[in-house]
Amino acid sequence: MTSLLAHPTTALFLGAVLVAILKGQARSVAALVAPLLALWLVWQVPEGIVWQTHFLGVEITPFAVDRLSRLFATIFSIMVFSGALFSLNQTSRLELPAAFVYAGSAIGVTFARDLVTVFLFWELMAIGSTLVIWSAGTRRSYAASMRYLMVHLTGGVLLLIGVTAFIAETGQATFGAMTPHSVGTWFILAAFLVNAGAPPLSAWLPDAYPEASWSGTVFLSAFTTKTAVYALLRGFPGAEILVFVGLFMVFYGILYALLENDMRRILSYSIVNQVGFMVTGIGIGTEMALNGAAAHAFAHIMYKALLLMSAGSVFYVTGKRKCTDLGGIFRTMPLTAICGIVGALAISAFPLTSGFISKSMIAQAAADRHMTVAWLLLAAASAGVFLHAGIKFPWFVFFQKDSGLRPPEPPLNMRIAMILLSVVCVGLGVFYEPLYHILPYATDYRPYTADHVVTQLQLLLFAGLAFFVMLGWLRRTLTISLDFDWFYRRLGPALVRIAEAVIEAGRAAVRTAVFDTMRAVGAWLVARHRPDALLARTWSTSGMALGVMLILLAYLVGFYVL
Amino acid sequence: MDRHWLTRPGTIALLWVVFVLVLAGTVVAEAFIHRHAHFEVTSWFGFNAVFGFASCAVMIVGAKVIGFVLKRPDTYYSEDGDD
Repeated sequence: MTSLLAHPTTALFLGAVLVAILKGQARSVAALVAPLLALWLVWQVPEGIVWQTHFLGVEITPFAVDRLSRLFATIFSIMVFSGALFSLNQTSRLELPAAFVYAGSAIGVTFARDLVTVFLFWELMAIGSTLVIWSAGTRRSYAASMRYLMVHLTGGVLLLIGVTAFIAETGQATFGAMTPHSVGTWFILAAFLVNAGAPPLSAWLPDAYPEASWSGTVFLSAFTTKTAVYALLRGFPGAEILVFVGLFMVFYGILYALLENDMRRILSYSIVNQVGFMVTGIGIGTEMALNGAAAHAFAHIMYKALLLMSAGSVFYVTGKRKCTDLGGIFRTMPLTAICGIVGALAISAFPLTSGFISKSMIAQAAADRHMTVAWLLLAAASAGVFLHAGIKFPWFVFFQKDSGLRPPEPPLNMRIAMILLSVVCVGLGVFYEPLYHILPYATDYRPYTADHVVTQLQLLLFAGLAFFVMLGWLRRTLTISLDFDWFYRRLGPALVRIAEAVIEAGRAAVRTAVFDTMRAVGAWLVARHRPDALLARTWSTSGMALGVMLILLAYLVGFYVL
Repeated sequence: MDRHWLTRPGTIALLWVVFVLVLAGTVVAEAFIHRHAHFEVTSWFGFNAVFGFASCAVMIVGAKVIGFVLKRPDTYYSEDGDD
């Protein structure tokens, strides 16, 4: 049990308590030290099983370390630190503690080697992240957080069904590589995919994330989907269905982002797009592909956080979130614009950025397995990423037209957080060996060949040409695009209203029928029992005698006949 | 107020010239490097340039088509009391 103190999650949960009760400088110190302590612990614990016990007759391993779990725990810890730094001036007292519980649970998942513990942390993540959305404190965010929670509780139920069935099928709860061929494993896969933002439920992500506060979205972007990527990496490497799911997500993200007007929703769709690359890699399943998926998750967390910090800063100082309201603000926010552009270049996988050295491993894996169609689709999607996130985001937010806004740069802590992540995004792109060194499998992949650099530049720059040539087609409009959430925001309530009307009509009909019958019965009774009605009036003695005589007569007849 | 130097027509024209030169440069550079294409089709000269442009054009048109069906005013859900 003492080993629990060495668990990085413990550091973050304690940090959550401290951040909740402390104020001022002490709170800031706690907010920055807890993630660093967690990061330190991630690298102190030796590989192997740290803590194992029995629960309800199954062996559970809540704390075990290997390369894959350490990689994800590392990036999650770095992410909490960056997010905490960025949100130091957040006035909500709830958001940061909730984010720490959320991130701590995500780290808990990465160190869990049994499905019961995974389930517990999975649910805690859902609660923590819901509170992060909720703490934005608006009506919209409350409604969005409830829809978000419903989807994730559904995912939790799927996971619980899957885990229960898995234990019933196999008699053990170890979380290792599975193949989806039984009820239990299918449900587990479905639950993981819900959190990954896979179809059909993917709408939860672009629905909920942009409703969080300027800093909340930064936290949200990192943990839920990437924990799902981790879980798929450990649970379902090489499951072929993931190639199709991943490629669908990639293009879904691009097309919806192209139609979108809200800057943070553009970036939310692009999370689905990026996770699609990782899911495809997991489906390809070779060591190169799995390394690529893991490396891409690592790089993605950093540049997506940077992009959302940049968008969050704009939202913080202008209070505006729609591309149609923004534009031209690079004049007074050059730093935010430059950091946003660095993130945009990284997500587009430009050479010398982190995206280049991670995403190319997935494409390489597709090529190695001679998956021509998948490779071409991934290449088209890479161009599409530059289109929908790489240029579209900085162009419409910072350049485009002069909106007349002259907002100042955000506060110092937010600027430092953005600069830090910009350095990481470029640093990883240039000095990639340390990242390659901690990937799940040893690799000697070399991203910087003349061939690769030139072809990638061609692909991206001509995508950029397409953007500016077809700019008229991309004009922003005050619109949203219908998604699967229409079914539970519109169709579901409409059906409920119809059902209510039908039931109400039925109730009215039954009520009328019952009342009419009772009224008729009452009238009938009254007609016979009211004073001087047939049954209530005083009968004459002779009539009584006649009656008694008839009864006796009937008795006599009955006695002989029966 | 002066126009920001980045927004002057001269600068924008210059940026276009530089952009087109860089585009041409990436294609020309292909002639001087050792290619090891993964598939037959990708070994064609300038494949990535054409493919990058064409696939983006298709995606932009595709998004437009989807938009005709799925776009709604952004107040669409407001009457549910979410705004």
